[in-house]
This record gives sequence, structure tokens and C-alpha cells, in this order.
Amino acid sequence: MNILVFAEQRDLKFKKSAFETVYAARGIAATLGAEVTALVIGSGVQARAAELGMYGASRVIAVDDPSLRAHSNTAYAKVIVDVATREGAQMVFLSASQMGKDLAPRVAVKLGAGLASDCVALKVENGDVIATRPVYAGKAVVDVRVKTDVKVFTLRPNVFTARPGTGTVTVTPMTVPLEAADFASTVKEIHVATGRPDVTEADIIVSGGRGMKGPEHFTLIERLADVLGAGVGASRAVVDAGWRPHDEQVGQTGKTVAPTLYIACGISGAVQHLAGMSSSKYIVAINKDKDAPIFQVADYGIVGDLFDILPELTAQLKHALGK
Amino acid sequence: MRVAVCINHVPDTETKIKIGPDNLSIDRTGVNFMMSPYDEIAVEEGLRLREKFKGEVIVLSLGGDRHKETLRKALAMGVDKAVLLKDEGERDSFGVAHGLAQELRSLAPEVILFGKQSIDYDDAQVGTLVAELLGYPSVAVVVKIDVQDGKVVCQREIEGGHETVETKLPAVFLAQKGLNEPRYPSLKGIMAAKSKPIEEKPAATAAARVEIIAMRKPPAKASGKIVGTDKSAVPELVRLLHEEAKVI
Repeated sequence: MNILVFAEQRDLKFKKSAFETVYAARGIAATLGAEVTALVIGSGVQARAAELGMYGASRVIAVDDPSLRAHSNTAYAKVIVDVATREGAQMVFLSASQMGKDLAPRVAVKLGAGLASDCVALKVENGDVIATRPVYAGKAVVDVRVKTDVKVFTLRPNVFTARPGTGTVTVTPMTVPLEAADFASTVKEIHVATGRPDVTEADIIVSGGRGMKGPEHFTLIERLADVLGAGVGASRAVVDAGWRPHDEQVGQTGKTVAPTLYIACGISGAVQHLAGMSSSKYIVAINKDKDAPIFQVADYGIVGDLFDILPELTAQLKHALGK
Repeated sequence: MRVAVCINHVPDTETKIKIGPDNLSIDRTGVNFMMSPYDEIAVEEGLRLREKFKGEVIVLSLGGDRHKETLRKALAMGVDKAVLLKDEGERDSFGVAHGLAQELRSLAPEVILFGKQSIDYDDAQVGTLVAELLGYPSVAVVVKIDVQDGKVVCQREIEGGHETVETKLPAVFLAQKGLNEPRYPSLKGIMAAKSKPIEEKPAATAAARVEIIAMRKPPAKASGKIVGTDKSAVPELVRLLHEEAKVI
């Protein structure tokens, strides 16, 4: 049995979620007596591809082609399916990153496979993979089984661990014939906002709500975030008010996040917000209102004025971290 | 230009979810349903494309009779036609996509819009599944759609930034917050929507490829401790984060 893992890279560097996905596949493969083959797609990707061996890939295939430099969901899906078919893969794993979510449905249709998306846990029961995934933005979870012979899974970033080992692996180059029609939609340009990590990938998130009292006070959030190397999040109320950009919104109509540490400042904790962040490993809440629902999910809380507390916390952490 | 928008009827975001007696689905008792928020953005984008390029906007929803409420809301917002692909069963994403694709094949719209995900099962699959089933290109998580001569230039959200994506019509687009600000239906629109017909036809769904075998609430977090009530609590908080949680 063979599990094919699509390992995503950006600017020729693997994403952390690529290692997580390979490592999780390795765990499943070990139980099923299967092999993990990792697939890298892009231009100039062959050089670093062997890195995936450290995370449990027993083979790495590189489809290295100048025409694949930029992401094209139609072309990349064709490459993944072509390699999966040649390799006789019974399972295909991708990260549930924006790229993975863009590819997995296409891969599943082409392979006649069912797709379990955004999984947060995987186990093997009677030779079958059972995937756990949140629904209703995490207000409930379901266990699902994929019923088709070939199965596709996407794994939520930042949830699975990846531990590098000493495994080495050889990289096999492979060519997939592509035509102009395969590039029906293609990325022309990438604009990466510099600085802070995206909330879906951040280890630490500092998030602000209506208690910040105005967009100008978010500098308090940003200063704390920068000391911690954290991402900046926001509640729906402040995004709707135009204080913060949409891509920072955490919650049911924003992003569902699972960082190691989530610091909620001036966020009361509406149901839809809690749904989006309560699977964070540790939650700190700073809020004036002792009855705010956020304290029900917080590991550590300070009931008080965040305009006093945040600068103090920033200063002390800066000192503690030697910055 | 013919625009089709596929919309779903889902529990309100403020709703607390209770698990049903079958432990496979939610208990619908007392739950308010609404149009999935990203689908509202998709409907709005359809209306804006019609304002610019003329033509018509058709909304489709696959599900039971209760989906009519959401179709009516789209009519109230100003779409031309609403179609209910009737299906009372619980479907997986592939089953829904199959039914929608079947209908879209005969409608042959130039633009197909979805919300980036339906906020019930959060699969984020149906729009792209439909695109693949129809052999159309797709742009997911889109925050800008600019239809130009012979091509479409889009902005789509990725982790920590944006991509500029180019494609051609016909194509599928999955709307993300930020694409537009959906309008509220006018009173006149709401009144007019009441008398507009909703076309009903059986959905050509397909067998499920993914099966739910259990649904449960996530493990409840044990409530934590209040470290203090002012900035004098900060040293203790830092100590706890460092020594107990070991996250800093």
C-alpha cells in the first residue's frame, strides 16, 4: 500500500504544514504497513526535496518544470493525479492550506475518491482510516470514514506535530506532460504582506476585540505580537467596524485557529468567536468584565483594564525574552 | 451574462449546537437557520456583475423545503430566478456537488459563484468539486473579481498575503469576506420576493463518498484560573506561561 503526500512549498521552502502532513502520513503508514511517497511540484524544487525524508517519506518524487513555477490548481491537480495513478496510491494526503483546499476536490474527482477535509486527528480502526474533523466551526466534531477505494485527506495546518529524524531518501525526478489547456487558471503574482505570520499558521496569536475601544489602540496588540513573534487576530465586531482587515478575523465567519497560545484582549467571547479559537492549546484572556464568556475557555485570565495590563505584559515579556 | 449562484441554508452563527439523538447530526429543534454568510457575498457579487454586464442572476439551493427561506432572501436581494433542487436526505459534499453540477450543465452560466465554504460542515469542497465536474477553472477564497476583455483577473487570499490569479470564463468563483459588502434586502424587495415563484425540481444527487460515523461536542475546556485583577498580576501570568504552560 502506498500513501502519496503532496508537500507544499513557497519560494522553494517547504511549509511547516508540509512536514506535518508527511509526518502524520508516516504514522498512518506505519500502522497499515504502507509506504509514504512525498510529491513536490514546482520549478527548481528538486534541490531541497530530500528534506522530506527526515519527516518519514520513504521516497520523494519531484516534478520539476518551469511551467509549474506558479500555482495553477488545474495543472497541479493533474500532476498529483498522474503521479498517484502511476504510483498506485490508495491514499492522497494534502495540507488543508489554501493551496491544499484548492487542489484536493479536483484530485478527488479525478481519482473517483471521497475527500475528508480539514482533519484534526487520524486513526486506524479495522484497517480503515477514521478521520476526526470539526464542523460548525468547531462547535461539534465528527468522525468520518471515506467509502471509496482511493481516499483523499486534507490535514488542518498547525494541529499535527512534525518531528524531524535522521531518515535519508533519494529524490526521483518525474515528468508529467502538460498542455496549455491544463493552465486554465494560473497565479500571476504573489503579494506577501511582510512581517507577522498568518493566524492560521502562527504559534502564538494576540487578538483584539471591541474592548480595544478604537483602531488606534491596536498598536498595543501589535507591540505585544511583535515581542512574541505572534500573528494578530481580531473579533468579528472590530472587523465589521472596519478597525482591522478581514484576513485577521478569527471565528466562524473568519478563520478557525489552533495556536499554542491565544491571547484574547478585550474580547467578550461570542459563540461564533469561541468556536474559532477554543481548540488553542493555551488561552489567556484580558477583559474588564469578569462575567465575559471568554473566561470560561481561558486557562489564565486577568480581569482588569487592558490599557494598563497590555503595556506591562509587553514590557515584562520583552525583558524575559531578552529582546 | 448569465450568473448562477449556489447557496446553502445553515444554522445561525450565534446558535449553540446540540447533538441529535442519532449522534450523527445536530438537533434542529429551536435552531435558527439563515443563508450561509459567504453565500450572501456570492449573491451580492452576482448582482454587481449583472449591474455591469446585464443578463440574469439565478440562485440554486440543494436541500429540503426549508431552503426556500434562503432562496427567498436571495430573491429579496434582487436575483431574477430561484431554483430549489429538492432533496430531503443528508448529503455529503460530493452528493451536493453532483446535483448542482447536473443542473448547472443545462443552465450553462458564464459565471458560477459560491461562498468559500458553507458554515455548517465547513468542508470547503462543493464549489471546487462542481468546477472539476464541469471541467471549469476555479478561483477559491476570492476577494476581487475583475472581468475584462477575454479574461478575468482575481485576487485570492493565501496565508499571509494575496495571489493574483488569471482565468477565463466560464469559471467558478468562491467568495471570501472582503469581496464586497452584501446589501440588505429593501422592503420593496422583500414584498416582491413573496410572490416570486421558486422553481422546484428533484436533485440528481449521488451516493455519499464520505460517511459520518459519529458526531459529538468537542471536549469541554476545564475553566482556568483568574490570575489577578490589575497589572500587578502580570509577573504571575508570565511565570505561568513560562513554567506551567511552557509556551514562552
